[in-house]
Amino acid sequence: MINLNINNKNYELEVDPDTPLLWVLRDTIQLVGTKYGCGVAQCGACVVHLNGEAVRSCVTKASRAVGQKVVTIEGLSENNDHPLQKAWTELDVPQCGYCQSGQIMSAAVLLRENKNPTDQDIYNAMEGNICRCGTYLRIQNAIKLAAEMQRNESK
Amino acid sequence: MNQSDRPDLVQTKLNTMTVHNLFLRRFKVVMVLSAMFSMIVLMSFAINTNRPFSDPEKVKKDSVASVKAFMEVYKVLMSARCLNCHPAGDIPLQGDDSHLHTMFPQRGKDGHGVYAMKCNNCHQPTNAPGLNTPPGNPKWALPPADMKMVFEGRTPRQLAQQIMDYKRNGHKTRAQLIEHARDTLVKAGWNMGEGRKPPPLTYPEFVEVWDTWINTGGYAPGNNAVPKK
Repeated sequence: MINLNINNKNYELEVDPDTPLLWVLRDTIQLVGTKYGCGVAQCGACVVHLNGEAVRSCVTKASRAVGQKVVTIEGLSENNDHPLQKAWTELDVPQCGYCQSGQIMSAAVLLRENKNPTDQDIYNAMEGNICRCGTYLRIQNAIKLAAEMQRNESK
Repeated sequence: MNQSDRPDLVQTKLNTMTVHNLFLRRFKVVMVLSAMFSMIVLMSFAINTNRPFSDPEKVKKDSVASVKAFMEVYKVLMSARCLNCHPAGDIPLQGDDSHLHTMFPQRGKDGHGVYAMKCNNCHQPTNAPGLNTPPGNPKWALPPADMKMVFEGRTPRQLAQQIMDYKRNGHKTRAQLIEHARDTLVKAGWNMGEGRKPPPLTYPEFVEVWDTWINTGGYAPGNNAVPKK
């Protein structure tokens, strides 16, 4: 039995503590917005926030999340209105969409730590998120737009 | 009546001048001694901060044994398991061939990466299971940006001097250097998960030559020293 706090909700779960967090999220709690890509922390499709850091849930054991705060794409905002989600919609970023929740979760850490990222900042933050459809330019533009929205909201 | 007509006054003035000169001379001597003392104190501090080996009891100087031990140490430090996290650039290296880490994670100010690309996001407290999956350790990181402690490209002499230099070795004293070989992140070099070649010496062999090198004086090899294969 382990206790996890996911998207501000407490769960008591009958799972092996060595189970990757990804499978606890997807199979046990049915939060399927987080995707399985490579299983070895190479693609970024499974990124969730653990105490605000963009961990790869496919290699993160559930035991590491005990007593911590986990946030998935479903919990990033109350009404899907995080500036990144709004910018993603406005610029119609996804193609197949499979990698996009991981992309947004990684970008959210960037925007929290850097309110006005340069192109290089965006490359440095997003290099670990692969998109087979090649939507990189739209992702880059959406991050800039979201940063602008975020700055305007805080004025 | 002028002054020369009053020998008593002249004598008094002469006495006053002598006392004054004596005082000045003594004052100068005291000042010079104080300055010299301050310099000695300052120099001793400077020497202490430059030389981590302030515990001479444990150091039995032997330059031959020291250099011989370091040449073995060098083989380990230049193996992929150590070298990969002591790169010349700001991106770690990866694999037995020490290629640039895929995804190009950046060192960051504290050596733990930047934004969504922090080391611990992929590198867990323990190794991930499976071939060539991310190795793990709670301390996984590069050296910080203000003290990069580069191994890549260093000759044996350069690396030995760097490690012995308190200002370039992460501010480690002799005791802290000895302790560093027992650090969990250093030990992790011999437990890097499937698909990675360990360093050329066993861990106990490494600790032995490391200690020997430091405890015999931490000498640096000559300019042309090349490790034996």
